[in-house]
Amino acid sequence: METGTFPTQGGRKPLGIIQAGLAKRKAAETRFKTYGIVAIAAGLVFLAILFISIVGNAYTAFQQTQVKLDLYLDPDVIDPEGTRDLDVLSGANYAAIVRSGLQDQFPDVESRRDRRALNALVGRGATYDLRATVMAVPDLVGETLTVWVPADDDVDMLLKGNIDREAAEEGRRLSDQQLAWIDQLESRGRLAKRFNADFFTKGDSREPESAGIRGAVVGSFYTMLVTLLLSFPLGVAAAVYLEEFAPQNRFTDIIEVNINNLAAVPSIVFGLLGLAVFINFFGLPRSVPLVGGLVLTLMTLPTIIIASRATLKAVPPSIREAALGVGASQLQTVVLHVLPLAMPGMLTGAIIGMARALGETAPLLMIGMVAFIVDIPQGILDPATALPVQIFLWADSPERAFVERTSAATLVLLFFLIVMNALAVVLRKRFERRW
Amino acid sequence: MYESEAKLAEPNATMRSGVGNVRATVPREHRQTVGNTRVDNPRIRCNKLNVYYGDTHAIHDINLDVGNNEILALIGPSGCGKTTFLRCMNRMNDTIPGCRVEGEIIVDKQNVNSPEVDVVPLRARMGMVFQKPNPFPKSIYENVAFGPRIHGLTANKAELDEVVETSLVKAGLWDEVKERLDQPGTGLSGGQQQRLCIARAIAVQPEVILMDEPCSALDPIATAVIENLMVELRQNFTICIVTHSMQQAARVSNRTAFFHLGDLIEVGETNELFIRPGHQLTEDYITGRFG
Repeated sequence: METGTFPTQGGRKPLGIIQAGLAKRKAAETRFKTYGIVAIAAGLVFLAILFISIVGNAYTAFQQTQVKLDLYLDPDVIDPEGTRDLDVLSGANYAAIVRSGLQDQFPDVESRRDRRALNALVGRGATYDLRATVMAVPDLVGETLTVWVPADDDVDMLLKGNIDREAAEEGRRLSDQQLAWIDQLESRGRLAKRFNADFFTKGDSREPESAGIRGAVVGSFYTMLVTLLLSFPLGVAAAVYLEEFAPQNRFTDIIEVNINNLAAVPSIVFGLLGLAVFINFFGLPRSVPLVGGLVLTLMTLPTIIIASRATLKAVPPSIREAALGVGASQLQTVVLHVLPLAMPGMLTGAIIGMARALGETAPLLMIGMVAFIVDIPQGILDPATALPVQIFLWADSPERAFVERTSAATLVLLFFLIVMNALAVVLRKRFERRW
Repeated sequence: MYESEAKLAEPNATMRSGVGNVRATVPREHRQTVGNTRVDNPRIRCNKLNVYYGDTHAIHDINLDVGNNEILALIGPSGCGKTTFLRCMNRMNDTIPGCRVEGEIIVDKQNVNSPEVDVVPLRARMGMVFQKPNPFPKSIYENVAFGPRIHGLTANKAELDEVVETSLVKAGLWDEVKERLDQPGTGLSGGQQQRLCIARAIAVQPEVILMDEPCSALDPIATAVIENLMVELRQNFTICIVTHSMQQAARVSNRTAFFHLGDLIEVGETNELFIRPGHQLTEDYITGRFG
């Protein structure tokens, strides 16, 4: 075909027009790329700020100021009759032993007032720890135990630089006298920041120095266990039925629309539903992981169904035809060929759904998992709280020492979320099959 | 799709009509099937078969027999309904939403195109090989063993091993894969994959093998291997093959059926049909004037 047979702008040659417009196109492309880079950079900056602020606040919580005391386990105080009966051991006045251990360090403190001020330097948790130690090994009675006991949170905050020594005495949590004692203990090597094992092994407490996340982690674990066991099989079964077996009609369309809508329902609504149905109607106990798991199952189910249906759709029809072509029944085709190919995607969907459920707070508030619970839950019917709820509770506490613990708990929650998401990626990469 | 092809085909009709008249063929406006659609003692007999995809009438009133131990080739331009017709015979069209098949498909005096007939035994009798090789993403052994296993054809591992070996031997693949039966079937070359699919189909001992353009994704050498295989397989099976290659139809088939826009235009002995086509459209198609 001869050139010039089509009309062009101003009768110019097509190549000339294209050349003239090139600079503009390139500029548009560069501009678009810049927007993209700016958007990603902004995202990364905010992520960095988030992590820096959380880690910056949190890392001090992994250390706790402790006091080294020589505790004489006085038989007259603990077990005057020498029976070593556990009831007697349990009811003994261990606080007196801890107090006398501390007063041994400062024998010249005489007055009641001063003694009380001195005793305030050691956290109350030391008493319970000592009782547990003696209950475990009753033969220790009569011996002298050298142990590190957690200092009071005010002492801890002082050593971490959160209490201003220069401030006026009245406006300070610690008196001049107490500061002097602390300095003396430190110079004798009896006061130091040590690894805060209690944070990982203890339940919640009103005293920051003995508050830990173990109860919340275990509560979250049981809640997630219930959620996983219920939502994964239900979600996969629903997805397989809808995708592979259900007839395409108005009824299934309505179901599909409703599932998509459920995925967008605010989570607190699921909490209200759980409160009304599971607790009020079925009479299940409050604050237990079972109910938490049921509520989160309702919340996770749509996510898992949608993700599973998407992966089922992605399995090539040629695989189904191949199986049907040799005479496999519909169920055999699905179970033997389609499901194995879709499983990695389904697992990924389930893990992402679980990660969302793990970070969910609002529905758990509605069903009472926000209660102050010290004991570590032993099962799905024990009152429990969950990690995000624990963060919420601590964020609400007035003590300065809870600030760092709030951040530390957030860090632990983020750690679990990152692990779960990484697991999803690994599973997808590992079991992804080509066909 | 049909309309556009009809428009493409129409101008040809007026242009070439003079040539057709010299050979005294049936003019193209005439769409009744030319040739003998019936054979003695058929394996499959189709009576008044109509297929609809929603509102589209895909194939119209097809009467066609598939004889015992013959290779029947179905040829015709794209969208003419040959694959649709093939898929009626093992009811694979059931899996397509909105597809409706009317008419009778008689196998052993039973109309298999009725909802009461279970598709599982039907598909076991009518093995199918698809256009694109579609081995399962499993080992070669598992691919072939799948059919016998789900139908419970073998009593033990030794029998199953034998079935797998025999099927692979018949499919001409045994010597190439006997050392690596545990390797994934998807790792084979295209031609090998297609022979693996044939082995998978014959492992169930079907009576008929339906092949839907089995060589369209293969190079000429792999195609030649599969064509030789089809001639071998004719000893034991009835084969119905859809193909775009007229040379292939001429090389391997006993009878050929020519489809055009959902109509069965002509059926006949392959030699006869390619040398003396009875219908103008057949002639135009096999001489490469369209399609």
